[in-house]
Amino acid sequence: MDYLTILQILDSALRLATPLLLTCLAGLFSERAGVVDIGLEGKLLAAAFLAGAAAAVTGSIWIGLLAGVLGSLAFSMLHGLASITFQGDQLISGVALNFLAAGLTVVIGQSWFKLGGRTPSLSGDGRFSEWNLPFSDAMAKIPVVGPAYDELISGHTALTYLAFLAVPLSWWVLYRSRFGLRLRAVGENPGAVDTAGISVVRLRYSALVIAGVLCGLAGTYLASLAAGFVKDMSAGRGYIALAALIFAKWRPWYALWATLLFGLLEAIGNRYQSIALGDFVIPVQFMQALPYILTVIILAGFVGKAIPPRASGQSYVKER
Amino acid sequence: MSVQNETGRQATVAPTASAPAIELRGISKAFGPVQANKDISISVAKGSIHGIIGENGAGKSTLMSILYGFYKADAGEILINGKEVEITDSQEAIAAGIGMVFQHFKLVENFTVLENVILGAEDGKLLKPSLAKARKLLKQLSDEYELSVDPDALIEDLSVGHQQRVEILKALYRQADILILDEPTGVLTPAEADHLFRILEGLRDQGKTIILITHKLREIMEITDTVSVMRRGEMTATVKTKDTSPEELAELMVGRKVLLRVDKTPAKPGKPVIEVENLEVIDEQGVKRLKGIDLMVRQGEILGICGVAGNGQTELLEVLGGYMEGTGTIRMNGEEIDLTGKYSDGQSRRARGISHVPEDRHDEGLILEFQAWENMIFGYHHDPKYQKNALLMDNAGIKAMTQVSMDKFDVRPPNPKLEAKSFSGGNQQKIVLAREIERNPDLLLVGQPTRGVDIGAIEFIHQQIVALRDEGKAILLVSVELDEILSLSDRIVVMFDGRIMGERLPSETNEGELGLMMAGITDEEKAQ
Repeated sequence: MDYLTILQILDSALRLATPLLLTCLAGLFSERAGVVDIGLEGKLLAAAFLAGAAAAVTGSIWIGLLAGVLGSLAFSMLHGLASITFQGDQLISGVALNFLAAGLTVVIGQSWFKLGGRTPSLSGDGRFSEWNLPFSDAMAKIPVVGPAYDELISGHTALTYLAFLAVPLSWWVLYRSRFGLRLRAVGENPGAVDTAGISVVRLRYSALVIAGVLCGLAGTYLASLAAGFVKDMSAGRGYIALAALIFAKWRPWYALWATLLFGLLEAIGNRYQSIALGDFVIPVQFMQALPYILTVIILAGFVGKAIPPRASGQSYVKER
Repeated sequence: MSVQNETGRQATVAPTASAPAIELRGISKAFGPVQANKDISISVAKGSIHGIIGENGAGKSTLMSILYGFYKADAGEILINGKEVEITDSQEAIAAGIGMVFQHFKLVENFTVLENVILGAEDGKLLKPSLAKARKLLKQLSDEYELSVDPDALIEDLSVGHQQRVEILKALYRQADILILDEPTGVLTPAEADHLFRILEGLRDQGKTIILITHKLREIMEITDTVSVMRRGEMTATVKTKDTSPEELAELMVGRKVLLRVDKTPAKPGKPVIEVENLEVIDEQGVKRLKGIDLMVRQGEILGICGVAGNGQTELLEVLGGYMEGTGTIRMNGEEIDLTGKYSDGQSRRARGISHVPEDRHDEGLILEFQAWENMIFGYHHDPKYQKNALLMDNAGIKAMTQVSMDKFDVRPPNPKLEAKSFSGGNQQKIVLAREIERNPDLLLVGQPTRGVDIGAIEFIHQQIVALRDEGKAILLVSVELDEILSLSDRIVVMFDGRIMGERLPSETNEGELGLMMAGITDEEKAQ
């Protein structure tokens, strides 16, 4: 394995980690506010479909982005309505949204485009273009550092850069701002927030707005990456992001490393379809299942003790 | 404004020109068919400590929740400093200068003290300046009022007493002039409670108005200037504390004469029932919680064990009750019992004639979601007399038995099909007591029998324990309430740090002496 191969795998890991990271941060905001968000998957799918459809019809991925974000936001608000306003069970509401997204996208896609649930392929301005950072061609000639800059750092789409910028930004908002303090408090003890005279409901909705937008970005990214929407294209990434969130112990920087790990596993699975160990050949299915296997391991609690925000999953009812 | 302690008291006695800090006029509030507050009027003078006393469910907390904007009153008006205000949410209550210390603290456990203090009262969108300001103010307040806490400590690492100080600091940070404390001493040790009272007196002397909600008569007598009594949603009286007595207040609370002292004849001890020698217990963290306990309880006597919570009393009860293992020797009616292994569980203990009323009735005494009749047989459910046949239990028979027990122990409402959680604390405790006493045990272990229990029910529970003693049973009583220990026990043993500090007869000791022993101070140290 040469240097360039490693760089290519890492580069691909970054691409694959981008939607996971955005989704994971979406989950982080809503769960830190005490709203369990198992509906990430559904939001991702809805956003991918609307982005794919809008970009195909208008020819602009930016309009697709707007549609994707709005769609995801609508799903997020539906989740809020059920679980915050009407104090329903957050898990059930989330699962319902996942089913809704899985069904609606295909049904609407079929009746709209008649392509068996797909949206037409995107090309040109229908996809995000890659940003070649300044001097990347020139620097590519410098040994070691050059290729790294050219292959790894440069040449991603705007959303990838945005996703990685979102990490320090999220950290700063959560730990350095008034909004962040209140958000974290409402996920730990909504009673404390309420008695301090702050609206629990408004805070939780704000968190869901952020989650909706971030999921919208992630879904649009998926549609752009695959040049269109395909049935079930989120492929469990919403759940993987949830696993990464637990792995990350609900912290932004840890979320970055966790999603990068998942991205890396996916990249390795894609690159090495089969590895021969002596006479035994590891089947391609195993390699591609790596991220999912890691998900199962994490969710089964093999990775240390992760304490969720104390009030997550509980709707807030004022006590007498 | 700095007023002397004496004048602070007088301020409430003599009519003053200034308007009262709080005046409520005709407050009513109903929850469905339940009238929680009925036409309540009350006036609290500035710079005074005003007690509100009443049994659980008398409507004290509802009234305070209305004052703090949690509920909207159906009728009535609220005046703060003579001005009518409309309080529809907590923000408005805070703006009106009201601070509230809830019974169950409203703190974020994994936040620091500073973060909790500024939450909701931040100065701007960024935390840094608010935190710096709070740090300065906290230091100032802690010097002024003995309210010292480490501003950077996490709440979950603080003792309950310190957590309560954080709640007070939160209110003071929001510049509250009126401080409402809801059952503040329920979770405190006697020393912590004394400290709290000193803080409250300091605040009162600085001109703050304090409302203390409690069901403990002693606290009312000790610290308040005036006291209002509530019963079944109504304000039955408001009197100056110095003009009243605990007996009068108890009668106003319950609506009938209540015996505050336990009426009992001298004990007639028989032969030893349980003998404990050199009992040691090491907990899961490897800490030695009991360090060689020797004690003995005879037939027909009550041995009271007092001490500040956490000095090994809980472990003692748990080893005797069979859900913690230990080393040493315990003889029950002369026969040694297993402290480890298969026969050291609760079932084996019950078979030996040991019944147990655990300290925490919610966690260990009852299953709150289960109905009274189901709770009435826990631990004894395998008894053949409850089985209809090899497969089914005799539910009808159990319900009938429960009905009889409920009538005998005056559980209200006497409905076996009600879930345990819908009974008041006192009635829950009566259910546990009925279950354990009806077994006719040789030894009854009782932990905190009247914690969170109404005054009327306390009287009844005490009578039941004494009656059991008079039947010639042995009783081991653990309580953090010194009053209770002194009035119920025939002998008193003081525990400190997993050891027994000494034994006293109730007639030959007093709270002062016991208090010192509870703090671990021995006779020799005292002499120095």
